[in-house]
Amino acid sequence: MFYLQMLAQYIGQYLKTRLQYRSDLVVELVSDLLFQGVNLIFIIVVFGHTDFLNGWSRDEIIFIYGFFLVPFALFSSFFNIWDFNERYIVKGELDRILTRPIHSLFQIVLERMELESLFGAITGFVVMAYAGARLGLSINWYDPILFLIFVIGGVLVYAGVFILIACISFWADARTSIMPMMYNIGNYGRYPVDIYNTVIRFVLTWILPFAFVGVYPAAFFLRREEWYVYSFLTPVIGVVFFAISVFVWNEGVKRYRGAGN
Amino acid sequence: MDKYIEMIRIRFLMMLAYRTNYYTGILIYSINIGAYYFLWKAIYGGKETIEGLSVLQMTTYVAVAWMARAFYFNNIDREMAMEIKEGKVAVELIRPYNYLTMKTMQGLGEGIFRLFFFSVPGMLIVSLIFPIRFSADIYTWALFSVSIVLSFLINTQINLLTGMTTFFLFNNTGLIRAKRVIIDLFSGLLLPLSFFSQGIQEVFKFLPFQGISYVPSMIFTNGFSFSETMQAIMLQGMWVLILIVPIQALWILAKKMLVIQGG
Repeated sequence: MFYLQMLAQYIGQYLKTRLQYRSDLVVELVSDLLFQGVNLIFIIVVFGHTDFLNGWSRDEIIFIYGFFLVPFALFSSFFNIWDFNERYIVKGELDRILTRPIHSLFQIVLERMELESLFGAITGFVVMAYAGARLGLSINWYDPILFLIFVIGGVLVYAGVFILIACISFWADARTSIMPMMYNIGNYGRYPVDIYNTVIRFVLTWILPFAFVGVYPAAFFLRREEWYVYSFLTPVIGVVFFAISVFVWNEGVKRYRGAGN
Repeated sequence: MDKYIEMIRIRFLMMLAYRTNYYTGILIYSINIGAYYFLWKAIYGGKETIEGLSVLQMTTYVAVAWMARAFYFNNIDREMAMEIKEGKVAVELIRPYNYLTMKTMQGLGEGIFRLFFFSVPGMLIVSLIFPIRFSADIYTWALFSVSIVLSFLINTQINLLTGMTTFFLFNNTGLIRAKRVIIDLFSGLLLPLSFFSQGIQEVFKFLPFQGISYVPSMIFTNGFSFSETMQAIMLQGMWVLILIVPIQALWILAKKMLVIQGG
């Protein structure tokens, strides 16, 4: 309850600061939209030259991209820990975090919120609605519930992977550029995994399970029964990865000795 | 002239000092190339060629487009924005050199550094992992070299223009980001421009962007005939000249209405 109250407080503060500079906010939203637009244009142009991508049609690929945008938007709104090392370890900010009465990870999530990224989810819904209508997808009563579960699973996958990478800073103080690399690997999950070779597929499923953010859960709504097992694994993988990452985080915090000044 | 060459050297040495940052950079580019490699293989499916390019040529195209990007890409627009915002530009203006030329030279120093420590080793690594065909023809390499220098100039000029908008807009982070996304698509980095529909290609002909990535990559993959190559390089050169006009105009205007915020 206390945590929810804190969340509400921080969101309120955040909105106040952002709305102070409205034109900046608008430009940022437009450039986000542009970025998503470019990815869609890529898909559309490519499908001007082929009808199927390993058996997946244009609208199915677009639907997968639309689905991907929703968990990704939630992830980028709340888990901006890509500069955790520089911001918190090198500058010693973590000392301050540890004096706060809430869990250190939650405190960082609150401080680094970027709520404007949530608009990406709206784009995702629009894209899915467009592709879904063209595919003639039906919506059952249980679909919204499963959608919610899958999206949360996807967010947890992303969060788990990135928290784990942030945790490296607790053990090694060398500056790493693994974070941007992960963003690029994450892009692999936007396309059907069966276009990749077995090694990459294995990595995307079990080691860096980005396929659970895009293609696997989306396959359920596309009624691709051969992928159902993976679809339903989404929340499991999400919870497992997130739990591991929080555990490692707690261990890391115990080891933390401060930047020393 | 000496001072500009010195500037290239200093920037080169500066980059050399931080070279470890670049090893992961090569990995990131390789990951990107890998993603597009598999994607294109699936797109081709059983097809021999699309728009005159074979799968092999397409893979080479993607690889060379990304590795060439390491050479022509620079952040001088962001640097200019910072210098203008922080008021440092005032000091730059009283120094005995042309600010814009200096920025270009710094970009060139960065580009040369990345060419040797990023593009060349990166290309070698990528060619070990993915099937890529290097042209054996010396003319192809020569024309490619000319073309890539021109892409650097066009891209840098566009960066100068974007950077200068800070004088008028004060905060242009969004604009810089938008510009980057647009260039990635319109320059042919993500996919060859010949894949777009005819109508859109006509529009591209009147834009400078294709000179950044599409032209050198097509030359490298032998996707252009000789006359097409010559025409494309001429067009690149023309754009370099044309872009000088808005840069100078904006520069004169900017100096007139320059407001130093603090300092």
